Amino acid sequence: MRKEVISAKDVKLSYGNFEALHGINLNFREKELTALIGPSGCGKSTFLRCLNRMNDDIENTTITGEILFDGQDIYSPKMDLVELRKDVGMVFQQPTPFPFSVYNNIAYGLRLAGVKDKDLIDQRVEESLKQAAIWNDVKDNLDRNAQAFSGGQQQRICIARALAVRPKVVLLDEPTSALDPISSSEIEETLLELKQSYTFIMVTHNLQQASRISDRTAFFMNGDLIEAGPTEQMFIAPDKQITSDYLNGRFG
Amino acid sequence: MNAKRSDKLATIIIYIFVAIVVLILAGILGNILITGVPHLSWHFLTSEASSYQAGGGVRDQLFNSIYLLILTTIISFPIALGSAIYLSEYAKDNWVTSLIRTTIEILSSLPSIVVGLFGYLLFVVQFGFGFSIISGALALTFFNLPILTSNIEQAISGVPEQQREAGLALGLSNWKTIRGIVLPAALPGILTGLILSAGRIFGEAAALIYTAGQSGSTVNYTDWNPFSPTSPLNVMRPAETLAVHIWKVNTEGIISDATIVSAATSALLVIVVIIFNLGARYLGNKLYQKLTAAK
Repeated sequence: MRKEVISAKDVKLSYGNFEALHGINLNFREKELTALIGPSGCGKSTFLRCLNRMNDDIENTTITGEILFDGQDIYSPKMDLVELRKDVGMVFQQPTPFPFSVYNNIAYGLRLAGVKDKDLIDQRVEESLKQAAIWNDVKDNLDRNAQAFSGGQQQRICIARALAVRPKVVLLDEPTSALDPISSSEIEETLLELKQSYTFIMVTHNLQQASRISDRTAFFMNGDLIEAGPTEQMFIAPDKQITSDYLNGRFG
Repeated sequence: MNAKRSDKLATIIIYIFVAIVVLILAGILGNILITGVPHLSWHFLTSEASSYQAGGGVRDQLFNSIYLLILTTIISFPIALGSAIYLSEYAKDNWVTSLIRTTIEILSSLPSIVVGLFGYLLFVVQFGFGFSIISGALALTFFNLPILTSNIEQAISGVPEQQREAGLALGLSNWKTIRGIVLPAALPGILTGLILSAGRIFGEAAALIYTAGQSGSTVNYTDWNPFSPTSPLNVMRPAETLAVHIWKVNTEGIISDATIVSAATSALLVIVVIIFNLGARYLGNKLYQKLTAAK
């Protein structure tokens, strides 16, 4: 069995008096792609954002329970947020390239991490862009503003930016839902390729996408984790009736 | 009336309004330039203003205007930028913040003559700065800060929230996200705010009459020691600006060519503002391109 990279134990999150997550227990294995699915407002994105502490800055949020990353409690006061986010990268629903050149977008995280060697940065930039399958589109335009590219290309640049710092885990928050079908399927292919070397946790509304590219699937509803398991098993023979109803489109 | 006709009518009305605005602006600018430009000459730009005889220039007023503009910008820009960053990025959404915002709005509609009299009481009299460039620059800072702050705040708030999240997700600290991502993205808007406020400062008269004064002192352009009383850089000397000069020659001027001087000065003021706008825009674009690689 593959090693567990992140394990969440009894994670509860409330905004003020409203409890959005009611005690989630879920483990993520190395070099697998786990899909988080469920109806809108079920807490899957909220849970995803707990994993790199993106909920910290939202006012009135309290989080209890434990999230271990490589055996370390990420909510412990000793945790270095910058280190954590270097190891646990994130790609958002809307492509979010910074208003710089493609090159500087990718190099930004590296420079921040203290990499000064120009050759190493060059090499990493090229490598990351190749990994995100965008190198051929941008190699002649590395000085061009990243925001001048198409939505699908921008999202790949963001994936490359996340990969440049060599994270262990990449969180994907509906990474293709703002893209056209062709760009989406290209990104799916890229992810299939990349999961040989990285751990991905992806929130998606697209059940076909989850079934196509994920190894494991976790089904959320109303702030609870209903069930989680190997994707194939979940889609063919889920344990719970409600999971089967959701997967068959009876609600949500 | 059917939809097509009412659409046509609305379009025509909008065009008429636009035409009125353009005509008014073109009329004012054209009038100023046509009556003023023929009187502009090298002699006018490089000689002192005369008190009694015709043929004076505006050398000192031109210098004073530019010097005051630079000083005021140096004082007010950092304060405005800092407060704008605080308001848009750090301030919590509570009554203190909304009080600050309301105060800024009220201050920005303060008549400039009130700012001038306030500056007179505080800087000229209370602090004992006298009629001086520094009193003028401080009064103009008061006059300028509210609008500059809210312009910059709007520019910063206009940067999409996702950009900040992406920065934080990459492991940037809050401040690094602001400095490295939000500010470069907001630069065009910040620059627009700065240019607009520079135009206001340059053309301001009322706030300066009682602070920087209406009289020039003898200025020696070979003396660049800011502490020497005759140095153009001395901030403690009284200084009449172009806008104040226009006001003065028209109200209490006894020179025989007052209308000519005032027309030429007005044209000069407009031309300098245009040059300044274009120059700042050009430099800003260069800077933006350098920061963001935008072409």
